This record gives sequence, structure tokens and C-alpha cells, in this order.
Amino acid sequence: METPEQNVAADPQLTETANPPLPKTAAEPQAQPEQYAASGESVFDVENVSIYYSAFRAVTDVSLTVHENEITAFIGPSGCGKTTVLRTLNRMNDLVAGARVEGDVRYRGASLYGKDVSPIAVRRRIGMVFQKPNPFPKSIYDNVAYGPRINGEHNKGKLNEIVERSLHQAALWDEVKDRLGKSGLSLSGGQAQRLCIARTLAVEPDVVLMDEPCSALDPIATGAIEDLMKEIKSRYTIVIVTHNMQQATRVSDRTAFFSVLRNEKSDTRTGVLVEYGPTEKIFHDPSDPRTEAYVTGQMG
Amino acid sequence: MAAITEPQLGPNLEEPAGWRRTKNRMATVLMVVSFVLVIIPLVFVLYTVVVKGIKIISWSFLTSGPIPPNVAPADVGGIGPAVLGTIEIVALATAMAVPLGVLGAIYLNEYGGKGVLARLIGFFSDVMTGVPSIVMGLFIFSIWVLHFQFSGFAGALALGCLMLPVVIRSTDEMLKLVPNPLREGSYALGASKARVTVTVVLPAAIGGIVSGALLAIARAAGETAPLLFTILTVTTANPNPFSGPNTSLPSQIFANATSPYVGAQDRAWGTALTLIVIAFVLMIAARIITARFSRFSR
Amino acid sequence: MSTLTQQAGPATAGPAHPLRQRRPLGDRTFQIVALACGLLVLVILVLIAFSTTQQASSWFKTEGWAIFTNDWNPAANKFGALAFIYGTAITAAIAVIMAVPVSVGIALLLTEVVPYRWARPIVYVIDLLAVVPSVVWGLWGILVFAPWIANIYKSIASGVAGIPVLDNLFGAPTSGASFFTAGIILAFMITPIVTSLSREVIATVPAIDKEGAYALGATRLEMITGAVWPHSKGGITGAVLLGLGRAMGETIAAALVIGSSATITSHLFAPGDSMPAVIANQFGEASGVFRAALIGLGVLLFAFTIIINIIARLIVGRSAEQGTA
Repeated sequence: METPEQNVAADPQLTETANPPLPKTAAEPQAQPEQYAASGESVFDVENVSIYYSAFRAVTDVSLTVHENEITAFIGPSGCGKTTVLRTLNRMNDLVAGARVEGDVRYRGASLYGKDVSPIAVRRRIGMVFQKPNPFPKSIYDNVAYGPRINGEHNKGKLNEIVERSLHQAALWDEVKDRLGKSGLSLSGGQAQRLCIARTLAVEPDVVLMDEPCSALDPIATGAIEDLMKEIKSRYTIVIVTHNMQQATRVSDRTAFFSVLRNEKSDTRTGVLVEYGPTEKIFHDPSDPRTEAYVTGQMG
Repeated sequence: MAAITEPQLGPNLEEPAGWRRTKNRMATVLMVVSFVLVIIPLVFVLYTVVVKGIKIISWSFLTSGPIPPNVAPADVGGIGPAVLGTIEIVALATAMAVPLGVLGAIYLNEYGGKGVLARLIGFFSDVMTGVPSIVMGLFIFSIWVLHFQFSGFAGALALGCLMLPVVIRSTDEMLKLVPNPLREGSYALGASKARVTVTVVLPAAIGGIVSGALLAIARAAGETAPLLFTILTVTTANPNPFSGPNTSLPSQIFANATSPYVGAQDRAWGTALTLIVIAFVLMIAARIITARFSRFSR
Repeated sequence: MSTLTQQAGPATAGPAHPLRQRRPLGDRTFQIVALACGLLVLVILVLIAFSTTQQASSWFKTEGWAIFTNDWNPAANKFGALAFIYGTAITAAIAVIMAVPVSVGIALLLTEVVPYRWARPIVYVIDLLAVVPSVVWGLWGILVFAPWIANIYKSIASGVAGIPVLDNLFGAPTSGASFFTAGIILAFMITPIVTSLSREVIATVPAIDKEGAYALGATRLEMITGAVWPHSKGGITGAVLLGLGRAMGETIAAALVIGSSATITSHLFAPGDSMPAVIANQFGEASGVFRAALIGLGVLLFAFTIIINIIARLIVGRSAEQGTA
């Protein structure tokens, strides 16, 4: 498997923006010390994936594996494609005209972009929480019940049960249990985001993708969501995009560091995966100097 | 939009030379005058209609029929048939135009995007709002009445054709206002596009859609020309809009307007007052709905 | 979307739910229905053109180019329609000449002069104006307005008697029903649409241009002529064209106050007739070629207004884009 650096060298149009690379290392360490071993089977296998918007290559040659019941963080400067990669995992990029994925994205062994695969079925298994909370202009109850309803669940009793369970899991139940009929828009930022999380958990997905879920929230709300993530990770697999490195160290088991390559000729930027590994290693003993520059704050 | 006020001048600075200032003042006066120029006829019309019409309005006027001949004095008979006709015909027209118009707007906004077909349809919807109402009447005459005779339904077809582009345009504007994150939230839960549209987008836009529809109904209720060639104004009530000629409030006003008989003229004023009240009520309802349901986000 | 072919074997492992699924049937149906409704607009427009032209064909065939002569006599089977085309043009022109300055003035008032709080009531008044039905304008026009303005016509006519051009324009008044009265009523009716479109156009003028003018010490009038006008003149032209189209097609108000006399005359205070008015007034008794002629007038009206509307929308569309550049 080629490493990002080899790929860069092969492509004359892409240049480095930081220091020239040291002798290359593989994206994942060959022999892992005990404490870095993966905890479960792989949920996502991403191999040599490049993502295009029409002719523009937004992300180049990403390869990584997401493991079950872990929190995997994508970090990196803005414009490095981490959100693009995240949205590829639940086929939300399908909604963008001209978006194209090359390479292999496997979900539990099955190709996510295969011929017969329905994006709708994909998204019922792989949920997403967005950067800015986006509750529907419906009641809190109807927000959470929305997913189960479109999946065919109409039994009042079961729905009540699902709503209560999901709101519990999202640590929101106590605050809203007396006003389930109120509009979802009446909640504060942190509550609204937890509502969106409850809404996502209500369909009992396998994976929860989170795109900078705390960036629109104050520190206290952020703390609540981080606690929530650690609580539910035993039942779900979580991939989170964050620009907050401390958050990555606080919650994630594994971290992928993305960076930007500038194409001098067309003055465009392409995202590239620089290093991926256990969070401890990425932040305290990174293999790539670019990673080190980023996590020590030398690079914005 | 806030008006940008003129800059304040300090005591040591000279004001713009007299002629410039005068021209500016004149311009402002002219603008105010133009507004006054439209208030005057509006007030005049409304005043006349109310004063002349209120004399004759009564429950029996509004409900009893048949409509008496022109020579009859004002207190004989009533315009019940016309009220019934307007309700039937406008209701039918609405039932046809609003669902079709909303679906058309859904196509434009959710499916068509920037494609050529969508832009064509959008462009010609705008153009179609400018088609004279009399042409719609002649159209339905040519294509329907000649085969199926005069009927309230034919009138409804003509009014529906008038309403359709208006509903499409106003609904399209409302759908555009629904923020995209709402759609994304629904997609992310595994909803198909149809489901996203019906369960999230439409409910979010429903206030604006309804108020746009109410305004289209107000316009349709006042139209006379398309009905001339489709319902063949009669004076008896016809509860069956699908067969037989019919009448309507505007049709009756038109029939009575050129009559020299006082009775007929009074009936015309009374009918005009009724029509205006209906149009105003619809307009106010539209405003209230817009104000109450226009929040999407905090 | 993926360039990779699928590996053999279904998705194993993990909680049930295969990823494969046909696109839900309801989803596709919904899209087709929505598309069909959108296409309805185009279909209706085409049908209008075809069906009315076909109904009018006997008129076109019998008269040929004579439809453009001023010779309308149904009893003698003569259907030259120039008088009505003239009447439509004249009344629409009067309406536009009177309505446009007023409408643009109100639009400027709303966007440049009036503080936000007062803008709403003014807009309500304009909306009220728009919601008065055509037939009510006509009723008021013929029973109240025409008799009143007949006196004014008489005074003006006697005043200009003998003065060369004015005498031809403003002489020979009869009752109040005339080209000019119809023009005034039409002006009232098209003001709302021209005003609201002008407002939209003026609103796209970038604020920095306006502020730049003020910063140079311009008065409001100078700012309007210097910053607003260059940006909006295209769009306002479009708005004017739309008003023109509306005025040409307005039927009932014109039918009631225009005087119903198929004559071509320069006297604006004299009675005349217009295309939609004559169709409305005479359709009831018409049959055969007569009816074909009336429908044919409708075809002409349709053609004129469609062309005007297309040009207007193209102009408004383009200048709206440029305004926001």
C-alpha cells in the first residue's frame, strides 16, 4: 500500500506546504505495542479513496480503518477535507452535484458504493450529527420519533418507549420530560444538539458520525456532549470531526490527522491523510513532522 | 429596509447651494404626492362601495334567490345564487390549482435545481402570470365548453389556470426559504427525497404556502372575464357545478353595472361590497398566517 | 458513483439490514408527479395557443390581412379590427404614462425615504389597491367616476378649443366613458404591480453605492439619480413592460368605461373600444365568423402580452443578476 508521501512524490503537481518529509513511515504501525491494539473488528475499511467535486480533487488517497466501539477523531486545519471524508462514510456527499468517490469504502465488509446499495439504507445504519444543531420545527417528541416513524414504527407505546430511551441516552430526558410537546426550536444550543443526538440514536444506528458537534456550543454544553460520547461508545461506533485538539485527546481512541496540499498550477487545495493512529501516539509520539507541527500548535 | 438618512451638517459647514436643496425637496414632495395620488381613488372607491352597498346588505340579500330582473327594486330577491356560484366555482378551482401548483413548485425547488427544464418551467410560470384572464376564458371555451357545455366546472378550470402560476411562484419562494440543514437532518436519518420533502420541507413552509394560496384565491374570486365564456351567467342557483350554467358575484356585478335601473345598480353595489369584504378577509387571513408561522429558526 | 466494482457476496456481519435496496417506489412516483405538474405550465400555454388559433381560423381565413383595417361591422360580415387594436394601445399607453411615475415615486418613497416603521402601512395600502377586483373598478368607474370626470372633460375641451394640437387631443368630449377614462382606471389597477416590482429592483442596488454617493455630499435626489437609477433602470423598464402587458389585458374595467364605440380618433375624451372590451361585450350574441373574430382578437391579445411578458421577464431577470454583482 502506498503511503501519502509516496503518492505525493509520484504526482508532480502537488507540492508540500510544510517541511520536507522525513524517511517515510507506513500509515499504520506494523507491530503495535500492547496498549495500542484495536479493540474490535473493523467497521469501516477505507482504501485509497479520493473524492472529487466534478474535476476538482478535494481529497486524495485516504486509507484508514475505523474500529468498532471506538471513538475515532479526524483533525486537521480547515480545508483539509476531514468533513468531506466523514460525509463519504454515510453517502451524504451524494447530495452534492458532481461529487464522486474513487477507491474502496467498505462497511463491515460490504462496499458502501456498490451498484445495488441504497443510500437510504446506508443512512439508517450510519447516522450523523451536524455542526449547527438542526432540530426540525416540530415538537421535541416528534423530532425524536421522526426516524422510527419513517422506518414504519407507528405503535404509540413503542414510540413512547423509543423516545424516552433515546432522550435518556442523550442525557436530555430530565430536562425535557415535562415538555415533550414544545417545539424543538425552543431549546438552547446545547440542548438542541443533544436533541439531534437523541434523534439520531432513536433509529438505533450502528455508527454515529459527528461533524464538529460542539463548535457552535459553549464549554459547558461541550462538556456534556463529550461525556455523552464516552457513555454511548460501548453501544455505538463513533467518528468525530473536530478542530479542537484538546477535545480529540479527551474523547477519542484513535486520531487521523489530515493536512492540505497546495496545487501550485491551479491554485487549489487538496486534502490528504498524513498520519493515523492511536490518539496517545498521535499527540505524544507522532511519526510525521507535520503531525508534530500541528499538534504542538506550530501550524494553524 | 432602513432608509439611509441624509448626513447631518455641522454649524460651520455650508448647506448645499439653494437650487440643489430645492430640487431635493421637490423630489421628496413629488414622491409623497404620488402616494397620495393612489390613496385618493382607493379611499373613494372603498367609500362609495361601502356607502352604497351597505344599504342593501342583509342576510336575505345574501342568501335568497333567484336573482330578480333588472327592473325590480333593490329589496326584492337577493344574490344567493351568485354567492353559491362563487363558492362552488372558486372552491373547485382552488382544489385543482393549489395541489398541482404546490407539486409543480416542489419539482422546481427540490428536483429541478438549475436544470434547463426547471428554468424553462420557472420562466414560463412567471410569463403565464401575465396572460390576460379573458384569454384563459376563451381558452377553456375553445377546449372544453364547446364539447361539454357551459358549467361551473368550466369556470373553475379557467380560474384554476389563472391561479396555477401564481401558486407555483409563491410556493417556490417559500420552499426556497426552508434552510438546507433541515433537509440534511432528514436525509441523515435515512429518508428518501420524497419523504424529506413531505415530512420536513412542506411542514416548514406551510404557513407561507397557505398565505400565498389565500391571495391567489382572493384574486380568482374577483375575476369576471374568464367566467363570461364558461358559465353563461344565469339568475337561478345551480348547486351542481358540473352541469348547467352558473353565476357568480363578479358576473352579477358586470351584468348589472350598465343597467339604468336603480334596483339593478343597488344590487350591483351590494354585490360589490360583498366581494370586497371577501377579498379583504382573505388578504388579512393571509397576513396573519404569514406573521404567525414564519419562524424557522431561533 | 464508485468506480470500483462490487465484491462478491452479500454484506455479512453486523446487525441485520442489508444495504441493498431498490429506490422506494413511492419516491420515484412522487418525482414523476411533481415533474408532470411543472410541465403543466408549458402544456397549458401551448394548448392556449393552439385551441384559440384553431377556433379563430375562420376569421383569419376570411379576412386575411384585412383584420388590420378599421372596418368592423358584424351585420355586414365585416371584421376589420384596427379600431380595437388602436384602442388597446391608446388606453394602455395612457395607463402606463400615468402609472409609471407614480409607481416609481412610491417605490422610491418606500426604499429611500420612509423609515422602516412607516413602510408597512404604505405597503398595506398598495396591497389594498391590488385586491380591488377589476369589476368593482369598472362599476365605480362607470357609475361614479365617469359622470364626474365628464364635466372636467367639458371644461378642458372648451379651454383648448382652437389650439391646434391640443384641440385634436382633448376636444369633442361626450359622456365620461372614453379612452382617457379607461386609461385612468387602468393606471390605478397596474400601479401595485409596477410599484412592487420596482421596489424589488431598487432593493438590489448595493448599499455601498448609495453610501458612496452620500459620502460625497450628495443630496438624496442626487444619490438616486447617481447611484440608484443606473442600477435599476433595466429592471424598472421590465416592470413598466409588465404593467403595460397588464393594462392591455385588463378586460372588465375597460369594457365598462371605454364607451364601446369602434372608432379610431385622436380625441382622447371620445368613446372608443379595445380588444378585451369588445370581446367581453359582444361575445354573447356572436356566432360563426363573428365569434371566430372575437376569439381571434383574443389570439392577438395573447400573442402581444406573451411577447411583452417574455421580454419584460428577460430584462428583469438579467438586471437583477447584474444588480447584485
